[in-house]
Amino acid sequence: MRARFAAVWGACCALIFSTQAIVFFILDSALAVEERVALHRLLADNADILVVSSVILIVLSGLIAYWIASRHFAPAHRLSESVRLIAASNAGHRAQPEGAAEMRELATAVNVLAARHEAAIDDVQARVTEARADADQQRNRLAALMSELAQSVMVCNADGRILLYNERARSMFSAPTGDREAPAAYVGLGRSVFTLLESDLLSHALEQLRYRLSRGEARPVAVFMAALHGGSLARVQMAPVTATGDDAVSAAYPLAGFVLLLEDIGDEVRRAERSDQLLQDLTESVRSALGGVRAAVENLVNYPEMAAERRRQFTGIIREEADRLTSKLDRTMREYSDYVRSQRSLEQIRVADLIDVIRHRVETRLGLLTGVEEVDPSLWVMVDSYTMVQAVSYLASQLKESLGVRAVRLGGVAAGRHARIELTWIGATLAASTALTWENEALTTGGETSPLTFREVLDRHRGEAWYEPGRAQRRSCFQLLLPLAEPGSAAQSSASRAGRPVYYDFDLFQRSEQASELDDMPLAELAYTVFDTETTGLEPSAGDEIIAIGAMRIVNGRLLTDECFDRLVDPRRRLHPDSIEIHGIRPEMLEGQPTLDKVLPAFHKFCEETVLVGHNVAFDMRFLELKERATGIRFTQPVLDTLLLSAVVHGNLGTNEHQLEAIAQRLAVKVNERHTALGDAMITGEAFLKMVPLLAERGIVTLKQAREASARTQYARLQY
Amino acid sequence: MAKKVLIAEDEPNIAVSLEFLLEQSGYEIRTVADGEEALRLAREFRPDLMLLDIMLPLRNGFQVCQLVREAPELSPMKIIMLTAKGRDTEVAKGLALGADAYITKPFATKELLDTIKRLLE
Repeated sequence: MRARFAAVWGACCALIFSTQAIVFFILDSALAVEERVALHRLLADNADILVVSSVILIVLSGLIAYWIASRHFAPAHRLSESVRLIAASNAGHRAQPEGAAEMRELATAVNVLAARHEAAIDDVQARVTEARADADQQRNRLAALMSELAQSVMVCNADGRILLYNERARSMFSAPTGDREAPAAYVGLGRSVFTLLESDLLSHALEQLRYRLSRGEARPVAVFMAALHGGSLARVQMAPVTATGDDAVSAAYPLAGFVLLLEDIGDEVRRAERSDQLLQDLTESVRSALGGVRAAVENLVNYPEMAAERRRQFTGIIREEADRLTSKLDRTMREYSDYVRSQRSLEQIRVADLIDVIRHRVETRLGLLTGVEEVDPSLWVMVDSYTMVQAVSYLASQLKESLGVRAVRLGGVAAGRHARIELTWIGATLAASTALTWENEALTTGGETSPLTFREVLDRHRGEAWYEPGRAQRRSCFQLLLPLAEPGSAAQSSASRAGRPVYYDFDLFQRSEQASELDDMPLAELAYTVFDTETTGLEPSAGDEIIAIGAMRIVNGRLLTDECFDRLVDPRRRLHPDSIEIHGIRPEMLEGQPTLDKVLPAFHKFCEETVLVGHNVAFDMRFLELKERATGIRFTQPVLDTLLLSAVVHGNLGTNEHQLEAIAQRLAVKVNERHTALGDAMITGEAFLKMVPLLAERGIVTLKQAREASARTQYARLQY
Repeated sequence: MAKKVLIAEDEPNIAVSLEFLLEQSGYEIRTVADGEEALRLAREFRPDLMLLDIMLPLRNGFQVCQLVREAPELSPMKIIMLTAKGRDTEVAKGLALGADAYITKPFATKELLDTIKRLLE
């Protein structure tokens, strides 16, 4: 713009001087000699007037040039940037009418066009959304199905990049592994499954699959056991996803990807071991005791003439071994009931439903009549419903056997943090001592015996029960207290299931590992980690420290808000009061948080194999660099800065226009939460995604081009 | 001359019966209750046959059996393993380590006596 102005002004000056010179020469050559002399004298006498008028002309032409530049050139420039922005990423943007009347008219005309364009885009968008709804519905059905599965599911492309997983898969691998801050690996879209499971094992299974596919087996599946990082064991089934196209590529490489089904069988294995151990133990004890008994008995039988002293000795042995055997059996049964106990887990059930099941069993198995007292329909309890039904039926059965009770009634109401379930009957009362013995007997109902006693069932439910003899109307009852299910936990789990059950990106199927350097990869195809830090102050070299790191991943042009990294860090130093006002993190919030040497390895793992993106990222990188020596952790991946990229895209704007907030507004990025590390990372990520097409318009397509263009901007020289 | 039998058994209730049974059958017997003692007496008492329980303190029956079989001067000694462990794998291991017979508790006294007799013939 400055250059243009100078050129116009220069041209004006040149025009003025050349006009003067031409007039002079024409006159000079047309006049007679004496007239010429008179003219020269006239000019020489009035030289000062001529100079002054020339200067005035030059200044005037400068003013005119400036006027033209400011009313035409600059607005034209800004207008063209607006048009680019509208065309590439923000259809809602409007040009500012400014400058000359024609330019304002042009801007208005552009805005009319932009409005049409926006409407057209909205229309297309609406149609796309409509068309997608059906596909989405199918995907959501799949998602709902997968979230219900007890197994972990991961679908991967041929390179082992995860393109779908369910919540269970994530929790299976995010289990603590000694050092709480650094899970051994992250489950995430686009991440490699080879970092999660032993890679040789996976490669071997894949080879098996390929082999089976090549032999044309109907259902090729590879099954193997894999050690999980937590020390547990998983049974893994691997099934192929076959290529559907009929082109040559699909034919040559029929394996487009694979599905992994993982089941943590650590508990199963431990339980099997325990039951095996119990059986082994019992067998050995029985053999050894019987060995003693049998040898003694046979001696007694075979040598009847033995001395009385001997005889006493052998009968003593028999009695002793018999006692030992009895107590061993008792001990084993106790351990076995512990084992049975550990097998069933508690579930949530509505008290009303539990009572229905109990009534059904009592009626069908025991032939008793049942009735219902007051039942609160909103009560939920945590029980192992099978044993609980057994336990209550057992009581009813005892009532029937001992007292000849023919009908019982059931009720369930709230009692503080417990549900009180009542089993009432009318008629004979029970001796308190009898009621007590019932507690310690094994549960028997209708010929079925459980290894558990009533007391054990109560203990494992953290419940209590007692007998209340009848007062009025000869109504006696058993009261059973059971802890209520955690308020909201049922609702919460179903909500989270509905909210984000499964994570998928099927477009990753299309992507295959390219051998080319990251530098030559198109920006649109790279995986990024967008991050931001909050710090104690602005001077890393003066000892300021990181107090929060927030990050999100971008895979396949999508910001994955579900896969984020959000940690507070204990900086081990005082917060600067001014900084508290910016980030709102108070010293007490950092108490007990891990230190950076714990968080940094986890973050490093999180951004593995991605390009780092940040806003004014040089600042954040400086903090990370200063920690390199202390933690041994280096961030060597390429880095992009949205501040620099903004300057590349909108070079004509002032410095303030490249602040994150201004960029967000210009690119129509919604700002939810500013000045938290995660909130800023999210805005940065959205803004970055909008910049990619703008960069492409300027011919900046690959990572290398983006880095080079960034380096050329004036902001690239900021140092921290 | 009476044949000599060493009983290595740490369960006194079984040991008593075994002692009585073998004495009645005319064997000269000694009894030990751990693996170290069993090895010592194998050399001192020089039994013709050892009844060897597997679950012994200090050294288990497998180890005792193996060490006895390593010593050439003890080679004529017969070994009967006696155990409450009844798994096939253990039977196989015992026989592989050089036991002449393997008897699982609870055993019939007659069967035991027959086996001893057969081995000492």
